Amino acid sequence: MRVPLSWLAEYVDLPEGSTPESVQEALVRVGLEEEDVHRVDVTGPLVVGQVLSFDEEPQKNGKVIRWCQVQVAPEGATAADGGDAVHGIVCGAHNFAPGDKVIVTLPGAVLPGPFPIAARKTYGHISDGMIASARELGLGDDHDGILTLGSLGLDAEVGTDAIALLGLDDTAIEINVTPDRGYAFSIRGVAREFSHSTGAAFRDPAIRDVPSGLSGVDVRVDDAAPIRGRIGCSVFTTRVVRDVDANAPTPTWMASRLRLAGIRSLSILVDITNYVMLELGQPIHGYDLDALAGGIVVRRARDGETLTTLDDATRTLNPEDLLITDDSGPIGLAGVMGGDTTEMGESTANVLVEAANFDPVSIARTARRHKLPSEASKRFERGVDPAIAAAAADRVVELMVRFAGGTADDRGSQLDTSTEVPSIPLPSGFSSSLIGVDYTDAEERSALEEIGCRVESSTGGLTVTPPTWRPDLTDKADLVEEIARIVGFDRIPSILPVAPPGRGLTRAQRARRAVADALASAGSTEVLAYPFVAAESNALFGSPSDEPVPAVTLANALDARAAQLRTSLLPGLIDIAHRNLSRGITDQALSEMGLVFRPEPGTVYGTIELPSGTQRPSDETIASLDAGIPPQPRHVAVLALGNAIAKQPGQPAVPAGIGDVLASVAQIGLAVGVHIDVVQGAHKALHPGRTAELRVNGTPVGFAGELLPDIADEHDLPRVVAVAEIDLDTVLSAAPEVVATHSILTQPAATQDLSLIVSEFVAAGDVLDAVREGAGDLLEEIRLVDDYRGSGVGDSEKSLTFALRFRAPDRTLTAAEASEAKLAGAARAGELFGAAIRD
Amino acid sequence: MSDAIPITEEAVNAAVDAALTALDAAESSADLKAVRSEHMGESSALARLNGQLRNVPKDQKAALGKLVGQARGRVNAQFAARQQEITVVEKAAQLKAETIDVTAQASRYTPGARHPLTMLQDRVSDIFVGMGWEIAEGPEVESEWYNFDALNFDADHPARAMQDTFFVDPVDAHLVLRTHTSPVQIRSLLERDLPVYVLAPGRTYRTDEIDATHTPVFSQFEGLAVDKNLTMAHLRGTLEHFARTMFGPEAQIRLRPSYFPFTEPSAELDLWHPTFTGGARWIEWGGCGMVNPNVLRAAGIDPDEYSGFAFGMGIERTLMFRNDIHDMREIVEGDIRFSQQFGMVV
Repeated sequence: MRVPLSWLAEYVDLPEGSTPESVQEALVRVGLEEEDVHRVDVTGPLVVGQVLSFDEEPQKNGKVIRWCQVQVAPEGATAADGGDAVHGIVCGAHNFAPGDKVIVTLPGAVLPGPFPIAARKTYGHISDGMIASARELGLGDDHDGILTLGSLGLDAEVGTDAIALLGLDDTAIEINVTPDRGYAFSIRGVAREFSHSTGAAFRDPAIRDVPSGLSGVDVRVDDAAPIRGRIGCSVFTTRVVRDVDANAPTPTWMASRLRLAGIRSLSILVDITNYVMLELGQPIHGYDLDALAGGIVVRRARDGETLTTLDDATRTLNPEDLLITDDSGPIGLAGVMGGDTTEMGESTANVLVEAANFDPVSIARTARRHKLPSEASKRFERGVDPAIAAAAADRVVELMVRFAGGTADDRGSQLDTSTEVPSIPLPSGFSSSLIGVDYTDAEERSALEEIGCRVESSTGGLTVTPPTWRPDLTDKADLVEEIARIVGFDRIPSILPVAPPGRGLTRAQRARRAVADALASAGSTEVLAYPFVAAESNALFGSPSDEPVPAVTLANALDARAAQLRTSLLPGLIDIAHRNLSRGITDQALSEMGLVFRPEPGTVYGTIELPSGTQRPSDETIASLDAGIPPQPRHVAVLALGNAIAKQPGQPAVPAGIGDVLASVAQIGLAVGVHIDVVQGAHKALHPGRTAELRVNGTPVGFAGELLPDIADEHDLPRVVAVAEIDLDTVLSAAPEVVATHSILTQPAATQDLSLIVSEFVAAGDVLDAVREGAGDLLEEIRLVDDYRGSGVGDSEKSLTFALRFRAPDRTLTAAEASEAKLAGAARAGELFGAAIRD
Repeated sequence: MSDAIPITEEAVNAAVDAALTALDAAESSADLKAVRSEHMGESSALARLNGQLRNVPKDQKAALGKLVGQARGRVNAQFAARQQEITVVEKAAQLKAETIDVTAQASRYTPGARHPLTMLQDRVSDIFVGMGWEIAEGPEVESEWYNFDALNFDADHPARAMQDTFFVDPVDAHLVLRTHTSPVQIRSLLERDLPVYVLAPGRTYRTDEIDATHTPVFSQFEGLAVDKNLTMAHLRGTLEHFARTMFGPEAQIRLRPSYFPFTEPSAELDLWHPTFTGGARWIEWGGCGMVNPNVLRAAGIDPDEYSGFAFGMGIERTLMFRNDIHDMREIVEGDIRFSQQFGMVV
């Protein structure tokens, strides 16, 4: 909401020396947050001038210009630009005569644009300034000529500062109005709030003497389908103004205020309806009375009905839409936008003024359905004071009589079925118990009365009737907020509550931190990708096989090409890797931990009929809500490309590969206390020979491998991009609560090496497991130390060398005992994989 | 021994002098080794003199034996001393020779980094865990009931439209990407025993195009306390303690009236600190208020028995003014140079 300060000052006393900032500060204190300050961007010199004479000079382009002599300062005085009292000015307009007073922008002035004015050569003269039109001054769209003071109904001495005269020195503050404060979408509401904040005197513009017992306009509300049981229209006031001049100029002060408030000046009749809406918060609609056919009926739309609204759009109506109709059919979308058949125009002579009150829900739905957020609907959605319709209509009549030359007609209508505002009991002590301030009864009463409540004492507290403009006050907590706000939040003391003893982080929370720290310590940089991905990315990375992967799709994605939620972290990491690469970062180790969205195949998620939010749903309803939410497991993923170790003195570069991401996988296992097993695997997005399936206790938990080179290429990444992704939730569920230990043996160890020849297709990890199994309890540690192929080893065979360390719990092992265990291990590998000891 | 030299004092002294002169001249372990062989070995003059002792008459045996023994002793002692000196010099020389340029050493370790958002989230969590609060969590694809209805957002309330919500297709399934961490309030109240003191950090979503101050994916932390006799003074006390723990004892907070459907009264929270970039000033930090009675009712809690307070702040925003970051895109786009400024500390 933009509030011109001159307008605000009409209804509340602004303290001496108020600035836009000081007014905003006062409003912030009562909850109207500052957004901006708007000024008319005109700087002087801008003065009242008088056209002394002019010569008309036809030009080659067919135009006839006027070379004018304009008095811009009293005779003998110096003009505001330091020049002579009479300026020669070229003017293209013809709507003035010698003797007319006009607005002259002198050299040095800057008009909105910005458009600096200087003496310049044009049409063979030095034009020493410009005679201004309304449009050039930002006062309207009218460009059929220049502004004359006479046409504005103004007069002033030659040389008078026109900036002040036209209200161009005004300033508007812009404030953010929260959805509960519909009444603050008006000068009236903001003035009231300013008064609450500063104590300055408030004059309610809605308090006026209005004629009663109006009749002669036939209005009926016929709501056959109220929404949520609420009739769509509770108040409908009409007034008639006759013989208006639809082409009368809008007073400059009004145009200036509208402009500052963010509304274009269109024509006197429309401007007045907008002006009153801004002033009082009551949306007004004006009809060309002569275009109306018969009486007015407010009703819901019928199937298939259409309406062409003021914006020239023809709209197919919904049976929930509330309409203003006459004998011809729909003439307006109630509370949202009028129809074109009864629009006020240049030829309008007689006006029917409508000030009505519509149900907020009905208006909100219609505005949203037709994507028509109008100034009117914005106010109705938030609730308009139902008690001011007559005053608002009367104000419109007053202004149309005064500025459009109309005559007030005694015809009109006053339909009002609005109900009394229910009162709210406020138990004594309740506000103190919620705010922690010991408010006195007098403080409570005075705060509530200040905001317009009627307050009566009752047993055990107060009975409070909120004012008609505060439909948001429905609960005692709402009243407490008003008391706290009006008395001031600075009265609230600071007390640190003591929570009951907590249990610290959960196991999962601790484990996630450990994983993040371990990966970073091991050289990964943590990143956080957006979860929005293309369907193809989900299809590729969401599953190792070709089976289709269900995914969550957004109905209103920002980018239609990335409308799904990720089923894997890898597409995000790949994007980020590409971004880093494009910025010249050629060696990367990335990691991300985050949720992926994995609907189960064949399951329909969501809840069509939501339970009410007014009470706790049953356990079954809650369970079914929760069952309607797709699984969102937490994954962790890593990506490595370029060099894992950069080239350095004495250190050749070590290119990143699957080994690096497997090391990360081991780090993850270490961080959460499980061993993640690595076995040869297959994944359609990964290199068929360089893919590992990751398992914990036999359960698959993820994959590691190098991207298929073609996929890396599609993403402009180097040929080798190693990735791994793990379902962290599953890994965590397998982690032991407490680490199991065994005693540390201190007898001397015996170490031996074992070289085995096996087929090259046998996995070293399997051979290692077999040796371990065969060697038995004396084997303390076994490591693969070499994988040799070449001379001395047959084709398609390899020689694997293991370093073994044996130890007995109770004695020094002899070499013979160690050898025996080693041979048993070799024998087991022989049994399972045909391994032979290499001599 | 054919050319036996008689054991005389002159002969002994001559042998000793020769040995000592040679030891003095020795400059390395190799020299010493040669000296030892020549002057102390089996064929050295002293050794030969010593060998003659068995031929001397009995009555001279003691005197000559002492003469030769002392001579050998002197030579041995001098050898040991010289050996020690040379060892010291040679070790020093070896160490000197092993000098390397410590600024040119290869590292087999690549520095990694945590993301500052997750570290800040951990930091905030730790402060509240230190106060006895627990960390609560919830899904990011959420039912509208948790995200809106239970939080007192009426289906037709304008506040619901102003949330710029991402809806899951089909829309009538009423699933959204949570627009705030507030649905975790409801989950906590439904799942936990009262009293409840929880902090819910996490990712949230709104349909904002990305620019310097907006991102469609951002993160918040949300606090909720529901207990008997909680007042807005406890809210202020909690926020003040948190602000001072986070930013230092000079930090101040200010509450301004505002509106949120799920709190009543509602307030905006401003933070003041003397060392903010741009000078001591107030910065908008988040929203807070007393839990709206309707929210308590939605969770089956009697608002006449229990009251509560809640607050929520943006982690990106906090990171921006805390660490002087001016463009939100730096936080979200994943440039590793951004995270690497932080390393393991935010």
